Amino acid sequence: MSYQSIEEAYARCEKEGIEFWKAVQLEDAEERDVKEEDSWKQMKGMWQAMLDSIDTYDPALTSRSGLVGKEGGLMEAYREKGDTLCGDFMGKVMANALKMGCNNACMKRIVAAPTAGACGVLPAVLVTYYREYGVPEETMIEAMYVAAGIGQIIAGRAYLAGASGGCQAEIGSGSGMAAAAICHVKGGSKEQLGHACAMALKNLMGLVCDPVGGLVEVPCVKRNVGGAVNALAAADMALAGIISQIPLDQVIDAMKEVGDRMDVSLKETGIGGVAGSLRAQEVLRAME
Amino acid sequence: MANIFDILGPVMVGPSSSHTAGAVRIGLIGRQLFGRQPDKASVYLHGSFAATGRGHGTDKAIIAGLLGMKPDDLRIPDSFKIAEEMGMNFVIEPKELRDAHPNTAEIIMESEDGRKLNLQAFSIGGGRIRVNRLDGLDVSFSGETNTLIVKNQDQPGCITDVSTVLNLCGINIATMQVFRAKRGGTAVMVVETDQVVPRSALEMLEGRTGIIKVTFLNVNEKE
Ligand code: SF4
Repeated sequence: MSYQSIEEAYARCEKEGIEFWKAVQLEDAEERDVKEEDSWKQMKGMWQAMLDSIDTYDPALTSRSGLVGKEGGLMEAYREKGDTLCGDFMGKVMANALKMGCNNACMKRIVAAPTAGACGVLPAVLVTYYREYGVPEETMIEAMYVAAGIGQIIAGRAYLAGASGGCQAEIGSGSGMAAAAICHVKGGSKEQLGHACAMALKNLMGLVCDPVGGLVEVPCVKRNVGGAVNALAAADMALAGIISQIPLDQVIDAMKEVGDRMDVSLKETGIGGVAGSLRAQEVLRAME
Repeated sequence: MANIFDILGPVMVGPSSSHTAGAVRIGLIGRQLFGRQPDKASVYLHGSFAATGRGHGTDKAIIAGLLGMKPDDLRIPDSFKIAEEMGMNFVIEPKELRDAHPNTAEIIMESEDGRKLNLQAFSIGGGRIRVNRLDGLDVSFSGETNTLIVKNQDQPGCITDVSTVLNLCGINIATMQVFRAKRGGTAVMVVETDQVVPRSALEMLEGRTGIIKVTFLNVNEKE
């Protein structure tokens, strides 16, 4: 049985003297009746697929609607000039988030994490950090377990689909997962990664799902940037010793309540939010 | 309950797990049930599949699946051209299906030797699907495990025949469902099995009285 709460996972960590990622891996091995090594191998495969995916980006492609595709290349070129407001590392994070979002919209291979629409958040944070600071690969795979474990708790208590809970469930969850994962990479404790996740989720709570024309393009591609930058900021806060005054489990429950109350026009129906804007209507007419 | 590789994963070609990855799976399961690549495929898209399918590549995805591609195949965007090269004719049209889930597709597969299979399936998200109609009869299965499908006359003995044959081959039944249109009419048995049902067992079943058609979905089959 997967963990129903972060508290349940923490309890196991304390009882068995293991780290959070290990508790997630053990649970996976038990649940699917596979060996720990096989679970690890499969996770390594997911990590490799993320690395590969970023590198397949092609700035010359555009999505089927023509709305997105070149953003990753533009950001990369701008960063290379060395004058970004957010600094070089954050510039790379932003470029990678855009590349993954564009890859997804342009029918390239991606890893849904937790969904295809939010596929850029986790690799933008983890892959960029890995390449920048040369961390051992094992640490990154541990971080993937952290992200997956957090995602599983969110899936159990709330949801991971925009159609069910708005974009807070997709980009929001992706951001919470990435915050916890990078916190682990930086040597944060299990409590710190929980706080990082809680802060990331709170910052995106209420985010609506409003894809123009129902397509995973606008605002989805750029929202991956929001999710990634937010994750890093939340992780830095947690590593600085700042805590979320609301415990993670209660934040997830609040997110569920917000999602339940969210109007259906704001849940992937392509009706409300920016999907309902004048410009969106024009784009749709042009596409017909 | 989702396992961690439902959270991180699947590895897939974008843009949508429900409208793209799930659509590839629908086509692929159609092909596996048909037993080979159809010579002609008629694809009907319903609801959200019809409304946003083009932008999500749902059409290309279903054709890709019928050609034997998996959801992470980089050739998915080019599936129309590949179908032409491989000699598979197809049409894709929107269609209003009664009481269907918004992400539903109906596929009619035909071969030159006159074989025909009609399948209706829907995408439930995360790249997962359910088949809910087969040759006009209601069924329900995911296609994630080995599945034996037996179409038979609704008459006593058929269920026993199937379980006896499987038992003889040492095959363990995971789940078994029976669906029928009306009493004494045509019925379908959907049996999810732990092991692969060998060709010989399928032939044995085909020879039994009352059994009209036997199909086996082998999830591990390499093409
Ligand atoms: S706006 Fe909707 S479709 Fe786009 S990323 Fe967010 S949840 Fe997914």
